[in-house]
Amino acid sequence: MNLRRDVFQAIADPTRRAILLLVASQSMTAGAIAANFDTARPTVSKHLQILTECELLKQEQNGREIHYYINAKKMKAVAEFIEPFRQMWDDRFNKLEAIMKNYKPDQ
Amino acid sequence: MENKTKINAEDGKQDLVITREFDLPLELLFKAYVEPEIVEQWMGTKVLLLESKKYGSYQFETTDPTGNKHGFNGVIHDFILNEKITRTFEMENTPFPVWLEYLEFERLSSDTSKLTMHVVYKSAALRDQLLQLPFAQGINWAHNRLQEIVTKLK
Repeated sequence: MNLRRDVFQAIADPTRRAILLLVASQSMTAGAIAANFDTARPTVSKHLQILTECELLKQEQNGREIHYYINAKKMKAVAEFIEPFRQMWDDRFNKLEAIMKNYKPDQ
Repeated sequence: MENKTKINAEDGKQDLVITREFDLPLELLFKAYVEPEIVEQWMGTKVLLLESKKYGSYQFETTDPTGNKHGFNGVIHDFILNEKITRTFEMENTPFPVWLEYLEFERLSSDTSKLTMHVVYKSAALRDQLLQLPFAQGINWAHNRLQEIVTKLK
């Protein structure tokens, strides 16, 4: 459960979520990732470290460069973890919307 | 497709924000929070009491698929028609401390509206625990009809 909580906190940060979205399409170097943010390079490195530590990102040595790529398996686990809470509200709101679309005042 | 209901839960904070846009006029969205019979339908709970006014209170009772009854209650601190509801929410007979819900209703166009639900828990750890509840237990604390259907299928 502890591990899950770490992962949860990792994805709760907006910059880290943005990093995950970026890397989702293709593996990237730390420099290429940092170029997408106004934040200082060390801050981005720290985010990458956190994401790597909780295994949302994996590193791959590519010649002299290190590429970061998404750990799809872990991402799926995270989505499943936070998803039920969102889904619960989504179900309720869908129901609310459907009921009110058919709502006819009594009189 | 983008999710209609969004959850924003920032790192280490004791609150979270749920937002949702509806294809409903603001007045109809608000009514769904005020009329007891309508609340019962979409929340999947029995409404024992619902006084939609400042200093009012409410009591819900939900029966889970195994027949156990769960009580929920709270008081309404602020109530402005078609604008906002501020209320507490308590899950009875659980170790979870009461939390605070700020509901804001906005008109987007003549037939669309938006709900912003800001929930403040006693601590960040409790927020995370409650956020994980549907996942950890595999059930909804105020279980919905979907849950009943799933249970029947087993």
